[in-house]
Amino acid sequence: MTYCPNTPEEIREMLSVIGVETIEDLFAPIPKELRARSFDLPPGISEFELMDRARQLAQAGGSGIVPFIGGGLYDHLIPATVDHLGSRAEFATSYTPYQPECSQGTLQALYEYQSGICRLTGMEVSNASLYDGGTALAEGALMALRVTNRNAIVLDQSVNPLHREIVRGYLAGHEAQLVEIEAKGCEADLERLSSAISGETAAVLVQNPNFFGSVADFTALAERAHQQGALLVVSCYPISLGLVKSPGEMGADIAVGEGQSLGNPLSFGGPAFGLIAATKSLIRNLPGRIVGETIDRSGRRGYVLTLQAREQHIKRHKATSNICTNQSLCALRGMIFMTALGADGFRELAQLNYDKAEHAKKVLALIDGVTLENRAPTFNEFTLTLPTDAGSVVQRLLARGIAAGVPLGSYYPGRENSLVVTVTERRSREQIEKLAEGLQEAVCS
Amino acid sequence: MTKYYTKEHEWVEVVGEVATVGISVHAAHELGDITFIELPATGKTVSQSEVLAGIESVKAASDVYAPLSGTVIEVNPDLESAPEIVNQSAEGEGWLCKLEPADLSELSALMDEAKYQEYLKGLS
Repeated sequence: MTYCPNTPEEIREMLSVIGVETIEDLFAPIPKELRARSFDLPPGISEFELMDRARQLAQAGGSGIVPFIGGGLYDHLIPATVDHLGSRAEFATSYTPYQPECSQGTLQALYEYQSGICRLTGMEVSNASLYDGGTALAEGALMALRVTNRNAIVLDQSVNPLHREIVRGYLAGHEAQLVEIEAKGCEADLERLSSAISGETAAVLVQNPNFFGSVADFTALAERAHQQGALLVVSCYPISLGLVKSPGEMGADIAVGEGQSLGNPLSFGGPAFGLIAATKSLIRNLPGRIVGETIDRSGRRGYVLTLQAREQHIKRHKATSNICTNQSLCALRGMIFMTALGADGFRELAQLNYDKAEHAKKVLALIDGVTLENRAPTFNEFTLTLPTDAGSVVQRLLARGIAAGVPLGSYYPGRENSLVVTVTERRSREQIEKLAEGLQEAVCS
Repeated sequence: MTKYYTKEHEWVEVVGEVATVGISVHAAHELGDITFIELPATGKTVSQSEVLAGIESVKAASDVYAPLSGTVIEVNPDLESAPEIVNQSAEGEGWLCKLEPADLSELSALMDEAKYQEYLKGLS
């Protein structure tokens, strides 16, 4: 859309209709001290100066720095199709698809997204997306409280610390008891998680791979939870599902996750989307929008928002969530990404992540004083112990154009020397060598 | 056998120690096609006028209130897979649940069929 400012002529016309002379007169009823003194905007610039400025800002976002950072958001390839189709105006400017008679395109796209998420997670039903991975996990916890009519949540501490923070925030307004179980090094403490489940437990919340990169099989934990009448909520990393056992295969009741890795850029940390999927029996407690397939009066296939009694525009006091929206465009990109890769491509992509990370793991663990902390297999992320403070090592490597990873110290007090390194398919052998060189220098000096 | 009705369009019929509860034909008609019924758990105790169940139709979601105080002893097992039974036979096959009534004197606060029909005329 071209931006057309009002001409002086138009402003004069509008003011005369209102019956005042100047803009100043228009705002006269508002006391001077309550008005904005300045919007602090620089003067206007030309289109070309603007493009230059935007390019500079893009550079400032860390481009040119090689990222080995993950921790929930990942640097993955995005096929050109995703940008091209995802930026079509029909999708990019579409409004809430409440009226199926004029929103069939958007509705069908979201329906396909739901189908893709179900296939990926091994679950039976999915909604049309939530805000992000953290809120999806929190919504999963609330869902479990509603379904089981119980009030305790068991939360594994190897779940992303930021996501745990969001869960704590969401539960603060509920009479729910949160039991956090410390990890055993880099692995979830399955024994302690199991024994923490009681007849009061609504759900156990775990993440796979966890924040340290370790992969686990939660099948036995799911069984134990079910024996106690509790649910298992697994937060998953979509790309890993090309290789790793899915939440559905483990017997999870609810799968959640951050969808950014599916065709959405890092773009300073967002926006992206949260995915949430569940077993069919829980569909009436799934928050957010759900698109369903139906037939019209003449028997033709059509798509509609369905089961809306869950939503707050129908019965606010009983709504499953205060979320009545979804991250439509980001989810659409996710759907295009899944479609562009296909099942085989997806497996290949996952394998590539795994192989490159395994190579990096070997190379980095050879450095004197650097050890690998994970005892379990990892997917594309792993934790190293350095002989010195990981935060300062990261700072030193930044000067060499490398973002070496996520230092654990600020999230896990006492683990100041630990560094979580992420290697996606976008990292080259040369870049991994550069990281090893830099790390060697930083820890030896 | 007498049916009693509430102003919220529930009916109750007491036989011995069992009170069968449902919604009236009028209510089922007003709701339109019923798509889902949220029934209480057996063993749940309710007071008169408390929320007992939830009904979702293509038009709305509404609560069903307990016509009498008591304990839920049985729910209609057919409604989970076929909630439309309530549309077809609201005051017969489409009963929602059975209560063990706590206090039958509460019936005096309800309407008999003739009074309920009068009440409906007043609403239209």
